[in-house]
Amino acid sequence: MTSAIHMQGITKRFPGVLANDDISFKVEKAEIHGLLGENGAGKSVLMSILYGLYRPDDGTIKVDGELQSISSPSEAMKLGIGMVHQHFMLIPSLSVVENIILGKEPTKNGVELDYKKMMEDVGKFCNMYKLEVNLEAKVFELPVGVQQRVEILKALYRGADVLILDEPTAVLTPSESEELFNAVRALKDEGKTVIFISHKLKEVLSICDRVTVLKRGRVVGTVEAGESTEESLTDMMVGRKIVYEFERKDQKEQDTVLEVLDIEALSDRGIPALSGVDFELLSGEILGIAGVEGNGQTELIEVLTGLRDPTKGRISLDGNDITDKTSYERIQLGISHIPEDRYKRGMIPEFTIQENMILGSQRDRFTKNRVTLDEEGALEYANGLIQDYQIQTPGAATLIETLSGGNQQRVVVAREFSREPRIIIAAQPTRGLDVGATEYVRLKLVEMRDNGKAVVLISADLDEIWALSDRVAVIFEGKIVVVREINDTSEREIGRYMAGGRNE
Amino acid sequence: MTHRSGRSDDTWLVVVMSEETRTDLGRITDPVDTTNEVVFQIIAILMAFIVGALVLLVTGYSPIEAYIGMMTGAFGNIFGIGQTLTHSTPIIFTSLAFLVSYKAGLFNIGGEGQFLMGAIASAVTGIYLEGLPGIIHIPLTLLAGMFVGGFWGLIPALLKSRFDAHEVITTMMLSYVAQYFTSYLVNFPFKAPGWVSQTEKLPASAELARLIPSSQLSSGIFIAIALVGLVWFLLNKTILGYELRAIGLNPSAAENAGIKINRGVIVSLVLSGAIAGLGGAVEIMGTHKRFIDGFSPGYGWDGLAVALVGGLDPVGSMFASILFGALRSGGMIMARASGVPTDINILLQGLVILFVAAPALMRSVMRRKK
Repeated sequence: MTSAIHMQGITKRFPGVLANDDISFKVEKAEIHGLLGENGAGKSVLMSILYGLYRPDDGTIKVDGELQSISSPSEAMKLGIGMVHQHFMLIPSLSVVENIILGKEPTKNGVELDYKKMMEDVGKFCNMYKLEVNLEAKVFELPVGVQQRVEILKALYRGADVLILDEPTAVLTPSESEELFNAVRALKDEGKTVIFISHKLKEVLSICDRVTVLKRGRVVGTVEAGESTEESLTDMMVGRKIVYEFERKDQKEQDTVLEVLDIEALSDRGIPALSGVDFELLSGEILGIAGVEGNGQTELIEVLTGLRDPTKGRISLDGNDITDKTSYERIQLGISHIPEDRYKRGMIPEFTIQENMILGSQRDRFTKNRVTLDEEGALEYANGLIQDYQIQTPGAATLIETLSGGNQQRVVVAREFSREPRIIIAAQPTRGLDVGATEYVRLKLVEMRDNGKAVVLISADLDEIWALSDRVAVIFEGKIVVVREINDTSEREIGRYMAGGRNE
Repeated sequence: MTHRSGRSDDTWLVVVMSEETRTDLGRITDPVDTTNEVVFQIIAILMAFIVGALVLLVTGYSPIEAYIGMMTGAFGNIFGIGQTLTHSTPIIFTSLAFLVSYKAGLFNIGGEGQFLMGAIASAVTGIYLEGLPGIIHIPLTLLAGMFVGGFWGLIPALLKSRFDAHEVITTMMLSYVAQYFTSYLVNFPFKAPGWVSQTEKLPASAELARLIPSSQLSSGIFIAIALVGLVWFLLNKTILGYELRAIGLNPSAAENAGIKINRGVIVSLVLSGAIAGLGGAVEIMGTHKRFIDGFSPGYGWDGLAVALVGGLDPVGSMFASILFGALRSGGMIMARASGVPTDINILLQGLVILFVAAPALMRSVMRRKK
């Protein structure tokens, strides 16, 4: 039997980087094949080559046993290769069905849209692959998980036999992920081939038939998922064991640093997002805030950092009311913030590393006369942090957007930690990072805790909360529903609160 | 609040890519950007002249003759250079004005209105504050232009920060208001006796010195060049410039870092208006010596295009201004010498803008082929 996809000897160079080095990659028909690797391992580049976004410098691609040269996504689609990107390419103001047929519209007489046929055709697809979605809803009204389903349907409608899913669960809630997995299994049953790009080990193990692991642009190996474990895959990905448990100092004297009292706030859409949040934060502790995304975490972070005004309630730092302080003043008072979305809040992509490092301190620490920037001081400071935080870069004048995700996050973390903060609000601090960078950021958080800083850790990743927190709080529908010492609770109990369950 | 990303030509690629691929793209494109930018800009300008030559050929003129006429007209002698720089001076101001707002993520296309308001303010100040010594009168007249131009920038700034009114609409509308308002002023309250819609002549104490006999070039060019340096310094070396650029590139991250977005919006639009207004003042005090109705052939609008041709950089804008000034002055002399219509310089300006927009397209195509 011929393979669905057979890439051989694929090599792709970018200036200074060998992104793919003699990669051979084979996917059989009707299998779910995981493509696993750290950020920068070459997964996305390899798939971009298969999808016609890049031309390889060397190597061949066989689709269904036939040699092909794929020079554009439209050629890839003609060969039955479809890709669902992390960032969706849908037109928000059009309906689901209009998005799906776009580019391949059924017509009555070559001109008029055949609306009925359109609904029938697409409806058939939905049934066949168990991808339920309201075809007449506008895309912007739909949750992210459903939009992703629309993307998948779009690829299938255009005749995709091989579907590339680029980190599909990165944007999904756990229950949405589960639905996605069911859909992917249904696709397999219908004879479709799925390439599943991820760096989440559990997912890959639960859904894939086989897994190919990449590391630094080379194939480490292809293994049967059934014969692998998280540990064995981690070993392949990073070549060493990762610290999942952290040693921490016992804290002696802890004071209440931050008090949050009965905070209420609205979301961007004007709907109540926080309805009476209360908690206390002690020095030298990590308080984990667990919760399914969308339960008010974003609003809570913004209220704490001064980016959103609460409609009610009080925040005090060391007993002083800071509810009305601006974000600039809070930075001055020692509140550091690792934003949940570093592209949106954490960095300025077109700025250099140095410029990003001084962001937020430009008015005090990096000026001598309150008018011009102290560039020498900034350079020295940036170089110091590059050393201390082991940031891989040619220099401080490099644009931050040219770094890998892990190194970008190191820049953000370095900036926020070296401000001598009293409080650190760390939101999804390891999201999208590879195993090595994740470990580094977590070690740093524990180090800050050991030095007596108060840390709020907001994370969707329960494993992360478990590995780091002294106490864990659960946020559900805009309220903190429970706070527990980590030693007095279990993942099961916390999971129950996250799902909205009460004490049983 | 609407803010563009700084690199709109890349947007489609960025949207398509996962985080990881996006970083790979950055790695390929960015290190070459600055040197390539200049090369692309020069190629674009050459292409414009080649296409312009074809048009000339088709319409029966000799392109070689026309271009030689234009070049010698613009740079052939001291008078020509003087006229070229005379036409460049106001565009240097208006392109810098556009640049200062653009860097903060704002599209101030109302440079024309701010330019005209600055011009009328300086004309009135110059004429009616008579009897002052030049050393006081000149700075005062310049300041009046800056002040009123800045005020014309403050209005859209407040509308934006208070009511979220889009600055493209408000600045453009205010340009028309300024055009008719200044026209009214020179036709009625401030009209000098005679047939022409114009003010009285400025007293000598409010005039900028002429540099070259028989050319209109004034010492205003030095103010323009100094301002190029100042704007460069402001954007690259000061805290304010740093914060404005941060707002322009990523307002959410700027806000997170404690930078006040609304304040940035107001500062950059007022600054932008003040620079355009100063340009208007210099044009009145150096070139025309009075406000003549319709004296500006659209210098404010030119500023926008010139800033883009100049690669959105102060020094680049200065050179692009000189190019546009040369097209204007050289075109007039060419018309007199060879009979080629002056419209050809408008055609060339249009082509330059067209080809400067094209490289963005070219680059994205080349990137895909890699």
